[in-house]
Order: sequence, then structure tokens, then C-alpha cells
Amino acid sequence: MKFKSKSAFVPYILWIALFVIAPIGLILYYSMLDLNGEFTLVNYRNFFSSAYLTMTLTSFWYALIITFFTLIISYPTAYLLTKTKHKHLWLMLIIIPSWINLLLKTYAFIGIFGLYGPVNAIVEMFGFDPTQILFTDFSFVFVAVYIFIPFMIIPIFNALDKMNPSLIYAARDLGASPLTTFRRVIFPLTIEGVKSGIQVTFIPALSLFMITRLIAGNKVITLGTAIEQQFLVAQNWGMGSTIAVFLILIMFAIMRFTRTKKKGGRA
Amino acid sequence: MRSTLTPLAKVYLAIVFIILYAPIFYLIFYSFNSGGSMGSFEGFTLEHYQAVFDDNRLLVILINTVIVALLSALIATIIGTLGAVGIVSLRNYKIRNIVLSLNNILIVSPDVVIGASFLILFTMIGVKLGFTSVLISHIAFSIPIVVLMVLPKILEMNTNLIDAALDLGANRRAVLTRVIVPYIKPGILAGFFMALTYSLDDFAVTFFVTGNGFSTLSVEIYSMARAGITLTVNAISGLVFIVTVGIVVMYYFITKRSRKTEGSTR
Repeated sequence: MKFKSKSAFVPYILWIALFVIAPIGLILYYSMLDLNGEFTLVNYRNFFSSAYLTMTLTSFWYALIITFFTLIISYPTAYLLTKTKHKHLWLMLIIIPSWINLLLKTYAFIGIFGLYGPVNAIVEMFGFDPTQILFTDFSFVFVAVYIFIPFMIIPIFNALDKMNPSLIYAARDLGASPLTTFRRVIFPLTIEGVKSGIQVTFIPALSLFMITRLIAGNKVITLGTAIEQQFLVAQNWGMGSTIAVFLILIMFAIMRFTRTKKKGGRA
Repeated sequence: MRSTLTPLAKVYLAIVFIILYAPIFYLIFYSFNSGGSMGSFEGFTLEHYQAVFDDNRLLVILINTVIVALLSALIATIIGTLGAVGIVSLRNYKIRNIVLSLNNILIVSPDVVIGASFLILFTMIGVKLGFTSVLISHIAFSIPIVVLMVLPKILEMNTNLIDAALDLGANRRAVLTRVIVPYIKPGILAGFFMALTYSLDDFAVTFFVTGNGFSTLSVEIYSMARAGITLTVNAISGLVFIVTVGIVVMYYFITKRSRKTEGSTR
């Protein structure tokens, strides 16, 4: 394109410098400062202590479970949605709940899982004693999966929607069973959608802190909660930045792992 | 080729939809409860909605939230659109790819990291935490999504249009405002609405950079929810739901209209 306007580009470049590059640099810089602002690597040593390593592994484990359940619920949903008559309308109805404020949805579960909430009312109907579901691992995973389902459905839906249906007919005509068709044709062709779904689920699942605070009690079980704790409660910005550095590293690793490849040849 | 859904598939979809909507309607249902809890429904009342509108502090927070959302979306749309135009005009593909990767960093970055790093940034350059810091943060994290919405529109644009305009004596400004912007309007609109929802939805970043005096709805809901169940929050969610559906419907009709006018001019 011959069109060029340098001056119009300036605010955007400034934005990149100030709000993309500088923050990462600052996080790196602060991760090497102790509480008194002295230069040190003690935060990194602390991070590799057993307490933080356990926390990191726990956080990873939760994120894995959350991503797994989100995926096995979302994939069939996305697949079935593409088969409905007004599929874009139905997709819209899936998207709407994702636009309701996250905090409100989380708050709803404080009521739903509460001791006097509807879940416990059902439990009682079957003659069991009501139990505290809030502040358990189950409630945390459930709420997180609930929050992420629409974000997982959208990319998978788009991938399925783009797929050429004659490929499926071809597979069937050639004698493939529905399972083989899925395993060898449908799933490989929609893997890019699955990857972006995993990306938008796994990284936030590692860093969530409002859900853990509100639903899982005050336990520090995710990297996000730990960062919030260090920055806003303990006021130890150095340690918080160190955890953030590792979160950023993990983020880059996941982005590499889930990178959508633009394959050559015909699509 | 219509393959109809089996009953089992329908049941599955129904369950997913019920689970997605149940918590929202549960909240709204109990916002009309005259009892104080989300456990037993005692009678119909609008007192919780009354409470929202009687609470001056809450109203100020609501207005703040809307102002921040509209302002940040507007500014982010301007900077992002110009940025997208700039990215396309980059001839060197290597540089273009680097800029695009930098653009996407904030989209995939965890909210907590964005919040924490912005907090450090504002403290270092001496921006007072409050309205300014929240507004700047919201602009900052909305810009990349605007770029991503606008970019495909510019790429699909026929560059001959620009050459023609330049040949016919249009200056650069006229090319931008009279040729490029009208063509990429749907992308700009989508970017604006995405920025709007990003801002309205954000909690984590705001929570980090908000300081003491200033609050947005998300942060306020968080502190109310941490204190326990108050049906005022339910009333807020009822209002938020109506506004959200309103925005979705509005967006739907605006894009439909612009699609129609686009079709008629062709």
C-alpha cells in the first residue's frame, strides 16, 4: 500500500513502548529487588523453595483439570451447535452469558453452593445432611469451568463451521465408522480451534484470583492469587514480580505449544 | 445435508444452556426476594432495586464505570484504528510480524500480570491511582483487540481505491477519512464494542490500579461479595443483564444496518 501516515502511527507505537514493553521490563526489574529495594536474587531462591513449587504445581494441576473438563463439555456442544438450524443465533445465546460480568456469575455460586442454597436443598430432599460445598476444590473447579465454557465453545465452533462437510461424507462413503471419522477427520481438522480454546482457558485458569478468593475461601492455590497476595496484601512487589515472571514464561510456553500453524497448500 | 439432532443431542444442548443461564436467572430471581437471603423466596419486592437507586455512592460508581468504558473504548478505537492502518503500511514483513506479536501480548497476558505491571508503571512515573490510572489501563488493554478487529478489514480492502483517491488529488488526510475509514467502518464498530465490553467486564486490572477513592462496578461487586450475600448485588445483576442484552441487540442491529447499506452501495 502506498498510503503512509507516520504521525498517525505514533500513538500506537508509543502504546507498544509504554504499555507492552515497559511493563515486562519493570516486572523483570522488580523481581530482582528485595523489600528494601536492594538488588538481589533472593526472590528467585524463594520461588524454588518447596512452598512456592508446591503452589505452582497445584496451580498447574487445577488449570489442567479445569481445561480438561471445559474441553470435554465444550467440544460436543460446539459440534451439536453447528448441526442446529439457526446455528449463529444459538451461538449468540452461548456468547451472551460470557458478557455478563464475571464477578456477578461468581457471586451467584456463593448463593447456589451455600449451606441454604438450591443444591443443598436438593441434597436434603434425598435425605442427606446439607454440606458446605463452598470453599471446596469441587466448587472452585466447577465455577471456573462454568466461566470458561463459552470461551472454549467459540473457537471450536468456528473451526467446525469452516470445515468442509463433504470431507465427512467422503470418510463415511469410504467406510469409516463415526468414531473413525471423528478421530481421523473431524478432530484433526478442528485442532486449531481446540488449541485456541485451550489457550484462552489454561492461561486465565492459572491466574484467576477472584474465583479462588470468593469460592475457594482464602486459600492461595493459584499463581494469580499468589501475585495478588504479594502485591496487595503483603506489599512485597519483588516476590510478586518474580511469580509474575514465571507466569509470563509459562504463558509464552503455552502460546508456543498452542500456536496455530498456517499450513501451506490448499485449505 | 441437514442432519437433524437426535433426542439425546437435544437433551445435552438443553442441559448446557440451562447450566449457562441458571446462575444468571437465579441471581435475578432472588433480586425480587423480600427476604434477605438467596435461600428462600418470601415475597415479591422491588426494594433492592430501590436500594440501588437510593445509594448515591453506588450510583456514582455506576456512572464512573460507564464513563470509563465509553471514554476508554473511544480513545482505544482511535489509537487502535490508526495503529492498524500503520501496521498495514509497514512494507517490511519482519517488522510487521514483530509489531503484531507485540500487539497480541496484552491479549493473552493474564489480567493479574497486566494489573501488577501497570501498578508498578504508574507508581514509577507518578500517575496518581484513581480515575486517570484506571482510564489509561482500560485504554491500554483495549487497543490490541481494536487492532485485531480492524486489521482484517484493511487487508481485504482493494488498494486500488487508495491509489485512485491519491491520483484524483486527495491528500493523505482525505484518503484516511473519506476512503479508508468508511470502508473499514464495520471493523471499527466491532472494535469499539469489544473495547466497551472489555472495559465493563474488567475486574483484575482495575482492582490493581484503582487506589482508594475510585471504584468501578466490578471492584465494588467484589468487595460486596466478599462481605457476604446482599441482595443489592442481585438487583445490580438484574440491571447489568438488561444492559448487556441491550448492548448485544444494539450491536446486532447496527451491524445488520451497516451490512445492508454496504450491500446497497455495491
